[in-house]
Amino acid sequence: MAKRPEQRGPPELFYNEDEARKYTQNSRMIEIQSQMSERAVELLCLPEDQACYLLDVGCGSGLSGDYISEQGHHWVGIDISPAMLDVAVDREVEGDVLLGDMGQGIPFRPGTFDGCISISALQWLCNADKKTHSPPRRLYCFFSSLYSVLSRGSRAVLQLYPENSEQLELITAQAMKAGFTGGMVVDYPNSTKAKKFFLCLFAGTSGVLPKGLGPECSERQDASHATFTNQRSRFRNAKGKSVKKSKDWILEKKERRRRQGKEVRADTKFSGRKRRPHF
Amino acid sequence: MKLLTHNMLSSHVRGVRQGFPLGLKATEVKVNTVDFNQEFVARMIPKLEWTALVEAADNLGHLSDLPRELVADYESNEDFLRKVHHVLLEVEVIEGTLKCPESGREFPITKGIPNMLLNEDES
Repeated sequence: MAKRPEQRGPPELFYNEDEARKYTQNSRMIEIQSQMSERAVELLCLPEDQACYLLDVGCGSGLSGDYISEQGHHWVGIDISPAMLDVAVDREVEGDVLLGDMGQGIPFRPGTFDGCISISALQWLCNADKKTHSPPRRLYCFFSSLYSVLSRGSRAVLQLYPENSEQLELITAQAMKAGFTGGMVVDYPNSTKAKKFFLCLFAGTSGVLPKGLGPECSERQDASHATFTNQRSRFRNAKGKSVKKSKDWILEKKERRRRQGKEVRADTKFSGRKRRPHF
Repeated sequence: MKLLTHNMLSSHVRGVRQGFPLGLKATEVKVNTVDFNQEFVARMIPKLEWTALVEAADNLGHLSDLPRELVADYESNEDFLRKVHHVLLEVEVIEGTLKCPESGREFPITKGIPNMLLNEDES
């Protein structure tokens, strides 16, 4: 079976009663979910001592919402899985939940919310579960409607599990196209398991992207150890140009003149070699 | 579904320009108690569509003496804010429908969850 849940089937079918039950009984899952919501709300940088009206995309059984309520904010959740929402209603979460598909847009009036969080939901949009689905179009529809429902100057923090770098690129490109500024914050980048991706988006203003979390020692390690790359480094000066009369400089110059249509000798193993004195 | 959410919701059927306010019909209504936060209610009032809120509250029979016109100095009027708080956050629609004003599309509300899913040809 496929390892990632997104590859097994559409979210409204994957999150059935069995899967929904895990989110109320499995203490490990609950702990991870609430940790991520805590970090997401922290990244939102909401004004202190003020109750805000937040949107939770992919709220599921309302675990992330519980944390928002604890902080004294009000929230509205949207999710595509009826089973998960039933659990949320049974748990009597404080926020309102509604059944909806984020790829079809967020059905709210412009400027409604003071912020938006989303935990482990965005990667589902990268899949085409039906013939009519087009991931870039659905992503754009989501981000553009999200941009309009957020009030100016507010933020959206979306935690996601990207499958590969192309997926990340697709998601950020569509977010930027919809008018957002911001970018990715990666927590614990050196750890495979604790590594978490947060897409921090600013609506209307450009803020300073927060730093990702990481063990303090990792930065010190970077300073004391040399970094290794596969690429062989030749001498380059501060501007990134090759040192004059070096082999690279000669090759670059020959290439430049070739582009100008001038007659240039072919590159061989002797090009740019030193002419050492021979006895 | 709380009336605050109803006031913020807007229809997103393809081609609809003015998807607001959604017509609210309820067959079952419940009243909960929610902690009163004066500052939050006062902050939400400028975002509300007042006439739509009064209409929806009247529709459910929970008008609670809300005036048709918004009171001018609502920020300091705690009595008024308590009424607004009751209507916004404590009255919940459990069963009913929401109707898009432009396309006439109906969204059912079951167990307090509005179903805003669209069909393929509507999104």
